Amino acid sequence: MNQRVMLVIAWLWVGVPLVYGLYQLVLKAAQLFTG
Amino acid sequence: MGFLDRSRTVAPPDWNRWLVPPAALAVHLSIGQAYAWSVFKTPLEKALGLSGTQSALPFQLGIVMLGLSAALFGTVVERNGPRWAMFVSLVCFSSGFLVSAVGVLTEQYWLVVVGYGFIGGIGLGIGYISPVSTLMKWFPDRPGTATGIAIMGFGGGALIATPWSTQMLQAFGSGTGGIAKAFAVHGVVYAVFMSLGVLLVRVPAEGWRPAGWEPVAAAAHRMITTANVSARNAIRTPQFWCLWVILCFNVTAGIGILEKASPMIRDFFSNTAVPVSVGAAGGFVALLSLANMAGRIVWSSTSDLVGRKNVYRLYLGVGALMYLGIALLGDSSKLLFVVCAMVILSFYGGGFATIPAYLKDLFGTYQVGAIHGRLLTAWSTAGVLGPLIVNAIADSQKTAGKSGPALYTTSFYIMIGLLVIGFVANELVRPVNSKFHEPVGETVETGASR
Repeated sequence: MNQRVMLVIAWLWVGVPLVYGLYQLVLKAAQLFTG
Repeated sequence: MGFLDRSRTVAPPDWNRWLVPPAALAVHLSIGQAYAWSVFKTPLEKALGLSGTQSALPFQLGIVMLGLSAALFGTVVERNGPRWAMFVSLVCFSSGFLVSAVGVLTEQYWLVVVGYGFIGGIGLGIGYISPVSTLMKWFPDRPGTATGIAIMGFGGGALIATPWSTQMLQAFGSGTGGIAKAFAVHGVVYAVFMSLGVLLVRVPAEGWRPAGWEPVAAAAHRMITTANVSARNAIRTPQFWCLWVILCFNVTAGIGILEKASPMIRDFFSNTAVPVSVGAAGGFVALLSLANMAGRIVWSSTSDLVGRKNVYRLYLGVGALMYLGIALLGDSSKLLFVVCAMVILSFYGGGFATIPAYLKDLFGTYQVGAIHGRLLTAWSTAGVLGPLIVNAIADSQKTAGKSGPALYTTSFYIMIGLLVIGFVANELVRPVNSKFHEPVGETVETGASR
């Protein structure tokens, strides 16, 4: 497989769950100011 | 070992080194789930009739096994290579969940302790050190950034697992059947997720170096060696034990806040006009997690620019000042309390992420993964020490009828003392005596000769 394609797939593989986790974290952190 | 053998993972000359960090992240984002264990605590207590102490056992054993297996198997990991290590980590971590699923389903709690804590804990330790030396061989020009990315993943693992596991328990139910199903799904999904690391990881060919990078120029800095020290010799050097003290006390200082963050902020401002609500305390915990994770990548990358010794001066010196600030300000400013705590937690994360590069500077890349594994016993010690200091003092102050900041002020002064000791230990770090160096030509790649 082309290395450029591998790079995209590999970083998406780990990046998507991480972004999901960060998004959930930011929602929770906002409670410090609203909760 | 066939496919898993180190020789099968040697990269072709045109291999893009930026394929290696996602391989490391696939493992670290998975095993970082350990810090989200608390999601399962209450459902397990209700479903199996356990106490809080009992439901914490799998996590505690897991962290102890992390330190022990990293220390015991570090040399084997160096010899067999990162693919083998990642595969063993995958098998142990995933099967730990599957054994736990059987344990919950049959209401045999000891199986959860053995599965998640013992078997899974071995997966944590081997997985944690598996990519460290490989990353530093691929990124000799910026080892702090490279290991920072991976070790940031360990912090990020809990961020992913906490909401994911919570949603799964809501969907499956939090009875024995639901918990067992959730454990089984975790085991299978993490096995698939970690397999990317097993398939993708490569070691650089002997003599490979980044284009335009010269090791001799990098070693012009006297704190960065071009020599190599074996794991066996490293633990005989004062430098190893200085770093052990530095890591132990830096982690103790951070974990003292992290472990008790939610009740701490509520207690601290309980006597003020606007006390902190449960929801706001949850937000504080989330901000600390963010600071912990960001510190891992930001400060370890900074260490590539300013040097490892200087960045630990910052962690330990400014960390002590932040604790002093919290202790002196008391409950006069929530904002300053939160900012100081976030800075301390960013240094906690940074301390974890920078230590492999500090080891590499002092001992070379030859067996740096194994040396790192041995150093992680400092983490296990701090994991006991930090919560013990903060909880014991807060409990005794409460018994004495005190409230507010008075519950924690003594602990904070103890943390300042520990950070100052760590600062002194950092000042004592010097280049390793050449009598500990391996003879030139005997440190080819694997360290298999030892």
